[in-house]
Amino acid sequence: MSGIVMSYQFGTNWSTFADKAGPIVGPLMGYEVLSAFFLEAGFLGIMLFGFNRVGPKLHLFATAMVAFGTLFSTFWILSVNSWMQTPAGFAINDAGQFVPDDWWAIVFTPSFPYRLVHMVLAAYLTTAFVVGGVGAWHLLKNSRDRGARIMFSMAMWMAIVVTRLQIVAGDLHGLNTLEHQPAKIAAMEGHYETESGAPLYLFGIPDDEAGELHYSIGIPNLGSFILTHDWDGAVKGLDAFPEDQRPPAAWVFWSFRIMVAFGLAMVGVGLWSLIQRRRRQLYDDTWLKRAAVAMAPSGFVAVLAGWVTTEVGRQPYTVYGLLTTADSASAVGAPAVATSLVAFILVYFTLFGAGTVYILRLMAKPPEAGESDRPEGPTRSAGLTPAASVAPDKVFPAE
Amino acid sequence: MIDPATIWAALIAVAVLAYILLDGFDLGIGILYPLVKSEQDRDIMMNSVAPVWDGNETWLILGGGGLFAVFPLAYATILPALYAPLTAMLLALVFRGAAFEFRWRSKRHKHFWSAAFAGGSILAAFAQGVALGALVQGIEVANRSYAGGWFDWLTVFSVMTGCALVVGDALLGATWMVMKTEGHPRQQAVRLAWVFGALTLAAIGSVSLWTPLLNDAYLARWFDWPNLVLSGVMPLLVLGCAALLARGLQRGPDALPFLAANGLFVLCYIGIGISFYPYIVPHSVTIWNGAAPDSSLWFLLAGTAVLLPMILGYTAYVYWVFRGKVDPNEGYH
Repeated sequence: MSGIVMSYQFGTNWSTFADKAGPIVGPLMGYEVLSAFFLEAGFLGIMLFGFNRVGPKLHLFATAMVAFGTLFSTFWILSVNSWMQTPAGFAINDAGQFVPDDWWAIVFTPSFPYRLVHMVLAAYLTTAFVVGGVGAWHLLKNSRDRGARIMFSMAMWMAIVVTRLQIVAGDLHGLNTLEHQPAKIAAMEGHYETESGAPLYLFGIPDDEAGELHYSIGIPNLGSFILTHDWDGAVKGLDAFPEDQRPPAAWVFWSFRIMVAFGLAMVGVGLWSLIQRRRRQLYDDTWLKRAAVAMAPSGFVAVLAGWVTTEVGRQPYTVYGLLTTADSASAVGAPAVATSLVAFILVYFTLFGAGTVYILRLMAKPPEAGESDRPEGPTRSAGLTPAASVAPDKVFPAE
Repeated sequence: MIDPATIWAALIAVAVLAYILLDGFDLGIGILYPLVKSEQDRDIMMNSVAPVWDGNETWLILGGGGLFAVFPLAYATILPALYAPLTAMLLALVFRGAAFEFRWRSKRHKHFWSAAFAGGSILAAFAQGVALGALVQGIEVANRSYAGGWFDWLTVFSVMTGCALVVGDALLGATWMVMKTEGHPRQQAVRLAWVFGALTLAAIGSVSLWTPLLNDAYLARWFDWPNLVLSGVMPLLVLGCAALLARGLQRGPDALPFLAANGLFVLCYIGIGISFYPYIVPHSVTIWNGAAPDSSLWFLLAGTAVLLPMILGYTAYVYWVFRGKVDPNEGYH
């Protein structure tokens, strides 16, 4: 549903951006609709309701098409976002529009591969920790539950493998950002002043007005080492950029730290599970299971924090260095924007609230053996939520 | 004549028509909810569209996304001009989409989700009709952006087109039910189809008579020679569809009323197209000066030539898989 909203919000709230960047961003979004949305929405019906109508092989095919649809969607959306972060392959015409010059360069901008890999891995990790958390929850109640064991074990394998890849991807992405968006890195690191042998700040309170990081705690020279792979390398601070080209540092600084902290916690849980697996105590370590339950939402938090880092870090631009956010907006009156924003917040909170309640109820039910070859009907219900495997009145007898 | 902008204008026109027809009947199901009292009948109605509604709405994304991609200037002027009705439509669609997910999960709140489904469908259809009416009235454009006021969209004419679309979608929904259900829900649908068929014809008549009076360009388009011939043929075609609708409701086959209702929609849509061409924003932006550079148009056209036939293919396949009458024991519950 959010796809529909997005394809209209570019015009309602960001019409100047739509006019100027439309010739480039529009076709990429168009490809997303054609290659991803239709695939996903078209086969979703068969995936959810078609089990008795198409046979298992075609049903598997439909399910795979839904998965491919989401993956294609990620590809195009991140292509758009990467172009906005590190624009390339364009010219500017008389009407002030960005016009395409080289589509290859537009789709595959310098930051695109890093962003795509980082985001896809993040999505897998998010899923792994949700599945692992639900599995752990049921294991805490009954450590013999076979389905829960499978959930927990597979999720922990995923956590071990993917967190490692993610650290590498995140580091490469950071270096790429340093090359193309140094002001963002300066804000992420809390560096107000350009210096050699810059410390890695663990904590601090950024103050844009004073231009310094209060109460900072840092490890000397480590910042330079990570960013330049040289203990005394020079790192640009925010002072290297004109004041009107700096992102608001506090948001970027803190959201980045939240993302990294959750990422490290995921690494920790992964390693812990590996140790217990070697000792053949994977299903018996109560504290590990509790930690996995606590970490279930961690992927969502980390992903959100990461997006805040990258989007706020891009400020004050929508198209980096070329089109400011202020110049991108529609000439819509503030009351109209405020009203629609409040309406969206109310509707989304109501629906996400209800959705969360229904999802948590589903998660409260242990997985059943042989669930997947159950004959009655849909194994999963549309879009947001995994459906009950049996009639809802058997699942929620309390109601 | 066959330049990429014209091809794209035709493609987007088809995408929007596909949306109006496809989502029309599933919005119509929601619009009819308040008139159908039994929750069991409502279950059957919802299940008749459950496998396809998501795909249907994707055509709306293609309409909006396509406009953004190939007519960015039109997109950037139309959307701010229709800010309020489009925002209302989006919120209504989101609410309605959630109702599909949640209604069957909750016994205690089932009535709430039924109401959300009905309210969302009615509001979405009404807002779409208002937006269409506002577009037909024309939009003020200056310096590549919308130059009118924030309530220009709200007029007696646009409210009337809003009501017209609600009534028309209800007809599509009712005839869909005639085709897809049996027994009690079908009988009820036949009655509803008679009522909404009559209302739809009245709405078509009023809007058609009013539109040429909105401005001289429309008047000339419809009543100058040789266009007058066309103006004479269109009402006859509408009456032909109406006759087929009536015949289908009396004697069958069950698919005929649905096809006839779709015929009415197609005729109205062609009528709007005749009024508009060659403008994409009536009387301020034409197909050509609203278009993106040729390189953008070709880039997307290349992929569309491959992907669109595939989309049509698997969409048809999905409808084929779910063909026939709805089994009351299948679906969301």
